[in-house]
This record gives sequence, structure tokens and C-alpha cells, in this order.
Amino acid sequence: MTWRIEIKNKAGVFDAHAEGVSRSIHDLGIASVESVSVDRVYNLEGNLSPECVEHICKNLLTDPVTQTYSYIPAESFKHAKTKKDTHTVEIAFNPGVMDPVEESTIKGIKDLDVGGIQSVSTARKYTLRGKLSNNKLETIVDKILANKIIQHAADPAHPKSVPSGSATKSVDLIMVDLLSASSKKLMEISQQGQLFLSLPEMQVIQDFYKSIDRNPTDCELETIAQTWSEHCYHKTFRGNIEFTHTEGGKTKSKKIKNLLKSTIVKATEEINKSWCVSVFHDNAGVIKFDKDSCVCFKVETHNHPSALEPFGGANTGIGGVLRDILGTGLGAKPICNTDVFCFASPETPFDALPPGTLHPKRVMKGVVDGVRDYGNKMGIPTVNGAILFDPHYIGNPLVYCGSVGIMPKDKVNKRVHVGDMIVVAGGKTGRDGIHGATFSSGELTTESETVSSGAVQIGDPIQEKKVLDALLKARDLNLYTAVTDCGAGGLSSAVGEMGEATGARVDLERVPLKYSGLKYMEIWISESQERMVFSVPPENVDEFLKVFADENVETAVIGEFSGSKRLELYYHGIQVCDLDMHFLHDGNPRITKQAVWKAPKIKKTRFPKRPDFNQSLIDCLSHYNVCSKEWVIRQYDHEVQGGSVIKPLVGVDCDGPSDASVIRPKLDSNKGIAVSNGINIRYGMIDPYWMAVACIDEAIRQIVSVGGNVDKIAILDNFCWGNPDKPDRLGSMVRAAQGCYKAAVGFQTPFISGKDSLYNEYTEGKKSIAIPGTLLISAIGIVEDIRKTVTMDVKSPGNLIYVVGKTRDELGGSIYLDTLGYLGEHVPKSNIKSALKTFTALSGAIKKGLVASSHDCSEGGLAVALAEMAFAGGLGISAHLKKVPYQGTDKRDDILLFSESTSRFAVEVSPKHQKKFEAAMKGVPVGLIGIVEEYPDFLVTGLDGELCIHKDIYELKEAWKAPLRW
Amino acid sequence: MSKSKPRVLVLRTAGTNCDEETAFAFAHFGAEVDRVHIEQLYKKNIHLKDYHILALPGGFTYGDDIESGRILANELRLHLGEDLCQFIGDGKLIIGICNGFQVLIKAGLLPGPLDHQSEAAHDSHQIATLTNNDSGKFEDRWSYLKVEGHSVWTRGLDEVVYFPVAHAEGKFMLAADDLKKLEGHQQVAFRYCTFEGNSPAYPDNPNGSVADIAGITDRTGRILGLMPHPERHFFHTQHPFWTRVSNGSTYGSGAKIFENGVEYVLEHLL
Repeated sequence: MTWRIEIKNKAGVFDAHAEGVSRSIHDLGIASVESVSVDRVYNLEGNLSPECVEHICKNLLTDPVTQTYSYIPAESFKHAKTKKDTHTVEIAFNPGVMDPVEESTIKGIKDLDVGGIQSVSTARKYTLRGKLSNNKLETIVDKILANKIIQHAADPAHPKSVPSGSATKSVDLIMVDLLSASSKKLMEISQQGQLFLSLPEMQVIQDFYKSIDRNPTDCELETIAQTWSEHCYHKTFRGNIEFTHTEGGKTKSKKIKNLLKSTIVKATEEINKSWCVSVFHDNAGVIKFDKDSCVCFKVETHNHPSALEPFGGANTGIGGVLRDILGTGLGAKPICNTDVFCFASPETPFDALPPGTLHPKRVMKGVVDGVRDYGNKMGIPTVNGAILFDPHYIGNPLVYCGSVGIMPKDKVNKRVHVGDMIVVAGGKTGRDGIHGATFSSGELTTESETVSSGAVQIGDPIQEKKVLDALLKARDLNLYTAVTDCGAGGLSSAVGEMGEATGARVDLERVPLKYSGLKYMEIWISESQERMVFSVPPENVDEFLKVFADENVETAVIGEFSGSKRLELYYHGIQVCDLDMHFLHDGNPRITKQAVWKAPKIKKTRFPKRPDFNQSLIDCLSHYNVCSKEWVIRQYDHEVQGGSVIKPLVGVDCDGPSDASVIRPKLDSNKGIAVSNGINIRYGMIDPYWMAVACIDEAIRQIVSVGGNVDKIAILDNFCWGNPDKPDRLGSMVRAAQGCYKAAVGFQTPFISGKDSLYNEYTEGKKSIAIPGTLLISAIGIVEDIRKTVTMDVKSPGNLIYVVGKTRDELGGSIYLDTLGYLGEHVPKSNIKSALKTFTALSGAIKKGLVASSHDCSEGGLAVALAEMAFAGGLGISAHLKKVPYQGTDKRDDILLFSESTSRFAVEVSPKHQKKFEAAMKGVPVGLIGIVEEYPDFLVTGLDGELCIHKDIYELKEAWKAPLRW
Repeated sequence: MSKSKPRVLVLRTAGTNCDEETAFAFAHFGAEVDRVHIEQLYKKNIHLKDYHILALPGGFTYGDDIESGRILANELRLHLGEDLCQFIGDGKLIIGICNGFQVLIKAGLLPGPLDHQSEAAHDSHQIATLTNNDSGKFEDRWSYLKVEGHSVWTRGLDEVVYFPVAHAEGKFMLAADDLKKLEGHQQVAFRYCTFEGNSPAYPDNPNGSVADIAGITDRTGRILGLMPHPERHFFHTQHPFWTRVSNGSTYGSGAKIFENGVEYVLEHLL
């Protein structure tokens, strides 16, 4: 039977959660709700006496200081007579969605020496007081209380339990009739099975099965679809492209064979740094850290799931990238995370939302919550990130999750041996996340939220933490020969990939399941979270299993790497898949796609006749892309593991925007790493080539700014683009990839890993909203001595302020022009050769201790950089634009203030170091433009000798802090 | 097993995540430190009595499901109760940081018996709590803390120290008359304060704790629990604006707490 337990707050106890719900309801424009209270509901199923339930309530579920409890058998639940203007609604998880609290609650009950418990489900009961029509109540449920992808308004008397199918073990082997299928039928099979395979691909598969004279099983076809999906195979990047480029009336065409190899990988090969230990082929790129250890870095995307269920999408995004780190080489320990998000404006009116989409503010809150939940609970500091806003992300937000790991240098390589056992460890397998890999290889539509809901899950960070603890122990005992994570495609991808060279045999009924009734194919492709696959030599199996058991992690030996070079799957003895590994991994047709890039026509900018730069500075500082992200940052634990050196928030009030973050992975060493990101979509709207260059410039610049070594920086590329089958989308991506090559080689910073996520479009009927081509460059740099790093806040009155690097008339894509409603034509174009010289000189000056503070000039230009330095340091600055190093003819105040020319810094130097600093910067464009003031005034003198900006730093800070102070 | 060195057991279980830096802090001052999974104590592979200091580090044990610290608190209370009683009775030291503090509170080990009557009953039960922050969210921020009381753990600390907090459930609550007793016994170890040491409002008091309480001890001062993380201000370079200030030392203001623990063992327990 099921017992229903309600936990209420005692009178007078402040409930912040209820308060938050109440605020959100008011934000929706519903003012009639006067108060909200939230009760916790537990449904305990099992053979429990009332005394046991009382014991459980008293000793486990209730805090004696703040809460009270009541319980009844669920079947005798009767809705209390509702008082006038009081509405209750209970929100529970959908059947099949993991209830995050269930496992621990069952454990807690067993700890009380109470037996007989079978399952636990939880719900929240919301009581809203105030006048409310049914319609409005539905709106509140829909917009605030529940996400129907994972939750529903529940009937308290009949809590839904776990989905259980028949426990029958009969195997209905399903064959797909491919041999006789027409082209039309082939596409029907692809679409109905959500395989997202194209006709040429389906035909190649058909030909293959004709050659072996049988039809595929459903499992084989699925495995091929997973392996060949854009998500897993990156067929656009690895395929052929016919690229046409039109600029200034000239059109050039060229054929590109394998875009990835001819740009990103080529750059790394040419640069050929000895400290690159493992690039591109593993889950993450690996570089040398010190004489004993390496660090690895990976950034993943989790866009489509986050669009539908922001919390779960971001949550499992973090979980996924952390497993990438755990699965790099023989396993690395995650030491920090970095996250970058792109959303539509939080001010988007509700009636402007396309059908089937969530409001950007809700998406952002959910995503932040998901990152917080997973990162904090795993104990990985989230030290760095960025958030961008643009209307095109309305149906398709972007969520980049990155993680850095550390590993002993002798654990970088792995190799599966024939005869090794296949062991799966971690979470159980359920029906969750079916079709995630293929789902992310298509566009989102109005129907995605219903059709693809199986692709969305919520994570269990504690499960993954347990796996992490056990994995590192087993690694150090040398108990396995290879490991990889179960990500997109589940066991299908993990086992398929590990067994590529050897072959693999799996008995699917040995996989631990969350509930009975799963079909063999569901077991094979399920994307249930928190699972890793190991290859364990038979003689180590017992010890391996014990190490995991000691951390309470479930494991199962599910098969072996066979040596047959075939993928053979059995279910209760019946063969359900028998595939040639060679065909699976190399059989897919190289497709040729068309790509076109034309320089866009851009509206000419009309500058204001009498600009008010005080106001312009305020507008730039309060621009959503520039403003303080403190509300987000503080919700992340950015200091766990104790390695924090330069935090994301710095300065005298701990609220200034740091450039790169610096951590020290080993507490007994002064060696550190710096992590940063470069991203700017507005430059890409003008020219993706220069966007790519600028992003790489920015990522490196941030590391240089804190004191990193310019010749010890590695980068990651991460392309999020629209549908690559549309030539204009693909054309802009090609252009960006070419920029990546140019800048990486120019700066001598190798790419070590990357990722692409395509099909980021939202389709509504015939209309399609593509995201702007979004390139994220993430950088990791080695810092020789963390004690020599610097922060961006000005330190003391009387110190000198320099601008390092040349400013040019490059307002195109700037925040300033955006505040005026223009895009602008002159996108920043790095002079890479001179930039590298600048970076090297500044790195040297910082290492010599000549720099008191340094800040990179990026969005908002010099004006924003100086203002941020001033208010972060709690001191004023006075500066003269006349002294700013400038290249070009049309020298104007607005350009000097707000142009976003790359490769520049604002730097503070003590007068006693003036000579040495200037000597260190010899040959680099440097201008001594001002001084740090004791009083909190921000003063800028224009070219005409008059003050063009005069503002109180606290007023500037407030403008910067207010927009996202939620 | 060394007989001359203070021995510290850093307890871990599913979701513990500050164990390594906590272990580092003790080891740095010469202690022999083991990070021990609770299963090992259950299985009696490892014995609490072989240690001088029990440290409950930060983290999210069991996901903070149901409420923070609850499940581990029950495990300690119900399955290791006798061993713990013995440990405390032997005059040994316990420290709980963040989630560890939540565990000590919910297991009733802190504040412990506040009067003779409950002392005689020998029944530790939960009388205080650490609950959801008034801000309704997890926050990582630095807090100034006024040091009070007479705990062995806080000897020689500056009057005001600066540690980060990082939690969602750190609001300390207990009944008004119990608060009086707690203060009367000088069991308050840390109170949130302003930079100048004055009484704080949010965010200087980051969670809405009654009487701005950030950390307390039992009546002996040998059991300390606190929400802020002293192990995260172990080095000067962990200070959020270390690039602006120098204290002339490589250590931050949290290091002393761990040193005190180790020193106490050397002086009294070895």
C-alpha cells in the first residue's frame, strides 16, 4: 500500500522557496495571489505499519525545529473542502522520470532499520491564496510550477508509480524490411524511427544488407543511426564541402575535403607543440601540466535538451562533460568547470514567444539552477563563464558546459585488449534519453516538446560523484585498460567505440535496470545518466568490482571485447545484433554539402550629432551582454577543492569582473592553470572569419591579462550553427573555421579538442529561426607561479594607467553601436603578428611584477574596461583620449572610447615601475593615458581637451549591476 | 600507525566533496590523515578510537536529499552512536564544516546538552537546525566573522576573520530560551559581522541566521561546527582580494584552526 506523508513548515518559519514562487507569479502579471505556501509530499509504497511510518516521519523526513508532519494511506486521501480563494495543486514527476530524492530516502528508511519499503515518490503541494480563475491557475502551473516534459499536476489519491511493463523475458526479435524498400519507404523508415538518416545513407545501409542477403534487426539499424549521427560522427565537419565565397563583387569557389582536418587539426599539426600530449582523438584534449601530471579540457554543448527542459538539460550537460573528463585516458579528476550560455532577451514579452518555447528568463533560471545543482554537488568549482543575449536564441538557447581535469601522466593512454571484460558502472538503465544523439541531429520544431520528450532527463550528481571516487581509486590500482563514458547513444556508442578495433559481445539482459519491461533495443540505446563503461582484464574483475562496491556503486559485467571485430548483442541468448565493426565505423557515405558565404549588406551607421558619452557609457555597462553576472556566479560554488586563486569576482567588494580565472590544482604547488572563453556573435554577423580571429584573440588575451604564459596556451573550438544543409549556414561556418586556422597558427596556440552542434534552428511551420553562427573558443593556459598573477581592479591612487595595443576605427559589431541600433561595418581585425608581440611583452612585464592590475578591452571597448577597473577597485580614474595609441585617419572620441579593436589591455602601473614597464613594453604600442584617483570619480578628457565623461564610479557600478540582479 | 602523530579521520560518504582540502589542511601541520568512507567504519575495517580528531567536511552528503545532513546524521546517531560517545568522552576533538556542521546539528551532537537535566538523560537529540537561506538560494560569498567563546579550535584567531560560505541551507535556528543558554555557556564560536565587526544585515549575514550565528561548539569547546569554510582560506592566495592586501604570511586566517586542532592533540592527547 501507499502512505501519503505531508511535511509542512511550522507557523512563522520563513519559506524562501514559496516566496520565490510568489514573486514569479507576480512577474507573470498575476497580482491577485496574496500568498503561497509549499508542502513536501512523500508517497511511500511498501509494507509499512503506521508505527513505522510515524518513526520515518519523526526521525527522517521532518526537521523538528521548523516542520510538522501528517500521514494517511493514499487511498483514503480526500480533498479538503477548499476555502474560498484557496487553490491547491500538487506537482509530481512523470512516471519514468527519475525522482532525485528516491534513492536517498530509501537508504534513510533502511538506516532506521525499517524494512518493507518498495518505492518512494515525492511531490510538492502548492497552496495559492487569492482570487484566481481556472485559466490563470493553469497558466501558473504551466509557466512556473511544472514543466510538462518531466512533471504533471498529480492526483494525490493516485500517485503514479514507476512504469513497469510485463516482466516477460520473451524476445520478440524485430527485423526491419529494408531489402525490398523503395527510396520513399527508406525515408519513411528513417523518419518514423527517428533515425535522422538521409536517403544516401539509407541506401548505403540497404546495399550493405543486400550484400549479406538479410534484413537488419531494429537494433542494428539503431546502432548505425547512432554511430552515424551528426552528434557522434560530425559528418558535416568531416565531409566534403563545395564552398563559394563572395566579397567585394568577386566570387571564388573551392572544394574542401574534410573541413575539420583542413583547418582545426591542420593548425595543431603545423604548430606541433611538444606539450600537447593527446589531441582530438580522446574525450578531451590533454596537455602537459608539470613533470608528473597532465591536464585535460573539454567543452560540450547541451542545447536541445536545455530548450525543452532547462534544468534537466543543463544538469545532464554538466554531468555529461564531467564524464568526458572521467573518460579521458584512464580517467582524470575534474578540477573546474566553465559554462557559457546564450539566451534571448529576458525582457521578451510573453506574447512574442513562438509556440512550444519557454520564456528566456525561465530558460535562464532553469539552466543556472541545473548547472548549480550538478556542479556544486559534484564538488567541482565553476570558475568561469559568459552569458550572451540575442533575439535569435528564442527557440534554441545554447548551453556550453566545459570541464578541466587533472591526471597522472602515465594515465593518458588506454587500450582495450581482446579478452577484457566489458563492465558497466554507475546508474541503472531506464527508458530515459532514448534518441538523444539523433534528436540533437535535427532541428527543433513546435512539436519537439511532445515528440522528443524521451530525450530529456534529470541528472543524479551524487551517483556520478560516487563513480568519480571509485574510478580514481580503480585507476590508481591499474585495474582496467580502458574507459569511456556513456553519453549520447548510451551503451551503443560507448561499447561500439571501445570495441572498434577488437569487436565486442554483450548480453543485454545483464545490464542493471531501473524497472522491468525494457525492450532489448531500449537497453542498448538508452541514455540513462551517470554510467561509465570499462574494459577490465579478467584477472582484475573481482578487485575492480570490490572497489566500486566499497563506494556503493553498482557494477555489472555485461560482456567481453571479443576479437571478432564484430558487434554481437544477445538478449537472453538470442542474437539481436551482429554487425561488422568496419562497416559501422567507416561505412557511411562521404556526403558533399554546398556552402555559400556572401559578405552581408549592412545598414550604414548614422552617428548621433551630439553624443552624450556619459549616457553611452551607462548604456554599454547595463547592456545585458556586458552587465554583471554576479547573480549567476554566486550560485555556483567557485571555491570548492580549495584551489581558487583568481576568482570570477574580484576587487575590493568582491564584485568586479575578472578576466581569466586561475586555480591551483595541487595545493602543495604554486603552479596553476588559467581558464578563459572568447565569444562574440555580433562580429560574426559581419564576418565569421574575423569573429573567429577575435574570439581566439580574446581567449588568449584574458589569460595574458592575469599573468599566463602566451606560449603555454591551448584552445578548444566549439561551433554551434544552424542547419548545415542550408548553404548560407554552412558557408558562414566554413568562413569561421578558416579564421580559426589563421589565428591559431598566427598565435601558435594549438587546438586540442573541439565540438560542433549543428541544426540549431527552431522551425515553426515554414518559418525557421536559425541561431547566429556561434563560435566559442575556450582557452587553458599554464601559470608558472600563481603568486605572480594579477587581477583587474585598480589598486592605489597615483598609479599610472596605460593602454596597451592599438585602437582602430572598428566599431562594427560593438556594444556601443548595438545601443544605437546598428551593427556597423568595420569589424575588429586583429593584426596577429603585432598582437603576439604585445601579448609576449605584457606577459613578461606581469611576470616581473611591474603590473598592478590589467584588464582586457573587449565588449564596450576601452571606456567599459576602464570603468570596470575603477569601480572594482573602489577608486577613480582620470584619463585622456589624446594619448590612446591609434591607427587610422578618422580619430574620434566615440571610436577611442567604444571601438572594440582586439589585442588591447588597460594596465595599471605604479610610478616606481614606470621606466621598467616602458622598457619591458618596448616595440609595442603603449599610451600613458591617465592616473588612478583617490576620489571615486571617473573622468575622461576628449580629444578637444574637454571632459567627455564625468561620472561617479558607484553610479557606473550600479548601472552595471542592476540588470541581472534577480 | 604512528603513535607520536596526531591522527585525523576525515569522514566521507556519497556526496562528500571537501574532504581532500580538509585533509590537506590537517596534514600540512603534521597530522596523519585518513579519508575514510563510512562503510569502512561499519565494517570495522577502521576504528574511530584509533584517531584523535574526527573531521566532517563539506559537501552534499546523499545530495542533501530530504534536508541537508539528515541522512548522515542518522547514520552517525543510530549506527556509530556508541563509538562517538566514547570518542567524545575520551576528550577528543570533532570539527564539522558546512555540511559537516549540518550533520553535527542534526545528529544532536551540537550544541549538545544545554543543561544538567539533558546531560543526565544522555539523550542527544536535535534541538537546533540549519535550514534554507532567507535568500532562497545557494550562495558562495565571503563573510567576516567575529570570533567568540573559548573553544580549543579558535585559540589565537584574530578578533575578526574572513572565510567564504557556500551553502543553501545555513540559516541557524533554535528556540529563544535555548539561544540564551547557548550564549550563556559561551558556545557561540563565530558570528557573522560587518568588515568593522558590527552587527550585519544581508549579505554580511548571508543566510538570516538568528543572532548572526555562523558556528558553535558544545559546552567543552572540543566539538566545533561552522558553516563558513576555514579550509578555503588556508592560503593567503585564496583571499578574494589577495592581490590588494598582504598579511605578510603565506597562510590565510583559516589555517590556524587546523593548527590548533593538531597542537591540542600534541599537548593533551599524546
